[in-house]
Amino acid sequence: MISERVLPAPAPVVLPEVKNFWDATAEGRLLLPRCEDCQTVIWYPRPYCPTCASLKVSWFAASGRGTIYSFTVNRRGQADLSAYREAGTYVLAYVELEEGPRMMTNIVDCDPESVKIGQRVEVVFHDTGQGTALPRFRPTA
Amino acid sequence: MSIKGKAFIVGAYEHPDRVIPDRSTAQVHAEITSGALADAGLKLDDIDGFFCTGGVGMVPVAMAEYLGLNKLAYLDGTMVGGSSPVYQIGHAAAAIATGKCTVALVTLANRPRSEQQARSVNTSPESSFELVYGSSTLGMYALAAQRHMYEYGTTSEQLAWVKVAFSEHAQYNPHALLRKPVTVEDVLNSPMLSDPLHRLDSCVVTDGGGAVIVASPEVARQSPRPRVKIMGQGEAPKHTNNGHIDLTYTGARWSGPRAFAEAGVTPGDIDYASIYDSFTITVVETLEDLGFCEKGKGGQFVQDGGLRARGGKLPVNTDGGGLCNNHPGMGGMMKILEGVRQVRGEAQPEVQVPDCNLVLVHGTGGSLGTRMASATLILGTEDA
Repeated sequence: MISERVLPAPAPVVLPEVKNFWDATAEGRLLLPRCEDCQTVIWYPRPYCPTCASLKVSWFAASGRGTIYSFTVNRRGQADLSAYREAGTYVLAYVELEEGPRMMTNIVDCDPESVKIGQRVEVVFHDTGQGTALPRFRPTA
Repeated sequence: MSIKGKAFIVGAYEHPDRVIPDRSTAQVHAEITSGALADAGLKLDDIDGFFCTGGVGMVPVAMAEYLGLNKLAYLDGTMVGGSSPVYQIGHAAAAIATGKCTVALVTLANRPRSEQQARSVNTSPESSFELVYGSSTLGMYALAAQRHMYEYGTTSEQLAWVKVAFSEHAQYNPHALLRKPVTVEDVLNSPMLSDPLHRLDSCVVTDGGGAVIVASPEVARQSPRPRVKIMGQGEAPKHTNNGHIDLTYTGARWSGPRAFAEAGVTPGDIDYASIYDSFTITVVETLEDLGFCEKGKGGQFVQDGGLRARGGKLPVNTDGGGLCNNHPGMGGMMKILEGVRQVRGEAQPEVQVPDCNLVLVHGTGGSLGTRMASATLILGTEDA
């Protein structure tokens, strides 16, 4: 799906231990790490369990669905990354994934004025052009 | 073992300038050190502990060199953003209580208004999952405000009252950056930056700094200035907790009870509070978490002048706070300094709290929207 106004998609700094995560985004898959010892789903991604200190972590495909936990329509605030200087109005949000974690993201493909807490959303991927894609979310019907 | 009564603030100084284009941050450290020493009636060689925030190079050693501190037995460069000095006062009191040092200098200087902050590639493990979405300090606080409104019905009008009260205080502070009182309408009509936060919900950006000197009871007894007793201090980081962040409360929920327990007092005993005010929402959530009102009732607590020095439920930020007076990127030191003025009876007469015996100072470093470092400090008069 092509949105009318495309948000910048700056490439993330990919730390070596989470290359799995970012490689998958380029293929349109949202992976989550899970602790093999205590089954905790881990966010943000890292091959370490912050619940039990285990290093036995495997990756599984998330459903890509969630709900908006909180959001802000950024109108004139300056983002830390210069890539956003000309971005115009955009929605920064926390989405609570079906698997539990709340991840920071953007809400796209909709009128920013229509966004609401509790709204159901699904993942879309925006190519950074550098072998990664940003998981963002759009409202579901 | 506690720090209660084991250390006193004997010197304090706030840099009078808010825009400092023509000197370095190191020189600001020097100017506030000189000011604090003069206030305390102490000499450079009396200092054997140094606690430093802000600057370049190997802070705090590079600053110790610049300042000529040659007797240092204790050094602390705890860097947790704006609350660093509120952490460090507790650390200084603990170091003094255990005999590690006797006279501690605590300085904070920063020049974000004049000096372009160096931007390097951020390789912290969380940043890849945040910065790419256009996050900012403002945006992350806005996320917290939005959720607080959703859960508790807090309104923009209520948040605006925080700014209104502090602006009324700032008119009496000759050094405040913004001295003009504003109304609720002024705040609501200021540009919306990131929903629901307006420009006037946001703190000022200044250059500046401040310093305090913490000393043992023996040194404090010789002091020519009113003694300010350190009653208790508590600290707590709060982070995203493996993807389970709750945006409606702050680390004050944990740092506050620790400080109250050490001081042996309750929120109802506090005569004045300096509450970190990076944004209006910071004050509302912090007041709730410290127990000044029920969780979720912070909006009602601050509305209709709840924080005014005169006639408020709790006088807060009588210097004008970070919203109007001074916020050099990191504002914790300014919170301590107004607390010291109130205990000494040296706040501006129009905002001095009568019979001010017990003061609470709260610092919030980092962001309500992600991870923060909270610290609560309780100060009192000599007899408190």
